[in-house]
Amino acid sequence: MDFLRPRSWAEALAAKAERPEALPVQGGTDVMVEINFAVRRPEALLDLNRVAELTAWSAEEDGRLRVGAGVPYTRLIDELGDRLPGLAQAARTVGSPQIRNRGTVGGNLGAASPAGDGHPPLLAADAVVEVESAARGVRMIPVAEFYLGVKRSALEPDELIRAFWAHPATGPQYFSKVGTRNAMVIAVCSFALVLRPGERRVGTGVGSAAPTPRRAAAAEEFLAAELDWDGPLDEAVLVRFGELVAGAAAPIDDVRGTAAYRRHALSVLARRTLTWAWNDLRAAGPERRTG
Amino acid sequence: MRVTFTVNGRRRTADDVWEGESLLYVLRERLGLPGSKNACEQGECGSCTVYLDGVTVCACLVAAGQAEGREVRTVEGLADGDRLDEVQRAFVECGAVQCGFCTPGLVVQAHDLIERTGRPSDPEIREALAGNLCRCTGYEKILDAVRLAAARRAERGEARR
Repeated sequence: MDFLRPRSWAEALAAKAERPEALPVQGGTDVMVEINFAVRRPEALLDLNRVAELTAWSAEEDGRLRVGAGVPYTRLIDELGDRLPGLAQAARTVGSPQIRNRGTVGGNLGAASPAGDGHPPLLAADAVVEVESAARGVRMIPVAEFYLGVKRSALEPDELIRAFWAHPATGPQYFSKVGTRNAMVIAVCSFALVLRPGERRVGTGVGSAAPTPRRAAAAEEFLAAELDWDGPLDEAVLVRFGELVAGAAAPIDDVRGTAAYRRHALSVLARRTLTWAWNDLRAAGPERRTG
Repeated sequence: MRVTFTVNGRRRTADDVWEGESLLYVLRERLGLPGSKNACEQGECGSCTVYLDGVTVCACLVAAGQAEGREVRTVEGLADGDRLDEVQRAFVECGAVQCGFCTPGLVVQAHDLIERTGRPSDPEIREALAGNLCRCTGYEKILDAVRLAAARRAERGEARR
């Protein structure tokens, strides 16, 4: 095994071009488990810890946030919790403090596990993944097109994940996850909701309940159309939203739960997060709702 | 490969490190620092918790090469010679240690919590220690120890002012 240590983004891209089989490692919270248990023996590890560009984030001219792939969850929570509340909530459920000090959204995307906690809020927020190769430059991939299968993504072998882009929240955002306890839990299923009252739009993300993280498109369209944005939350709309979210899933029976349980739990999470979001919207008052 | 980094204030070098080796293995097996414990090797138990550049991490999930040039502080680096750190003393006094295997990780993680928050609330203590498993104590005495260490540290801080 080789250990490659690029000191800059340009060096990292050059290294990945030369050694496309090299496995990138940032926080190591997934990669090192596989190496410790001899599940994986990559020919080379590409250590990204020295690439300072990856651990920075910025507010861009178009109003979006560009967050480096190597910003650990702890910093996401501390520094961006107000602007990306849905993602910050998901980040708080990742592993333990020690894991959140090291783990990153870039690693979540790179591993592309359907159970990754970062995926549903990225989907609900319409995030875009910035990837780059030395040969072909930058590609901007909408996150919904990034996931191709269980632990498979649209990332080419010579590409690295540079950042994700997302709009700061313009309304309530929520994430909820089912697991056996509060810490160190791989999601049985998870759900993220984003309300954009100004545009009267709804975003969703379903985790750990299909081969890939996915949006519940029918549920989004239904809710955007049927929601009385200025009135009370209709119980029938709430129930139907839950059904449509559950319907978007394609879960399996496994050690963490059955498919039927996951569908049921998703409908509960959908209703619960929508209720929370709606209460926030009410509390914020009319000036916030048009914002 | 050769890896050089600072451990508890001393510059140390390890040779013939396998590229897939963890920081934990280097600390225990190559540098003679067995305080950090090796249990789950997957970040579940927290018994290998160390500081890496001032941030607590599971040493089993850090590739040794990633520590190159960086600063590591292990449980061995908390005491000042024979004088135990406040957290260590509190663990002894409160009976927060039974078999002792989880203790080094808990001590480092509690040390970090108190450094960062001063007087943590009970929910803050529980959250901070959520990644450190103890199978003996039921955690009550561990919580007592963290509360005691935090209270003493706060008192000292006030006395100094």
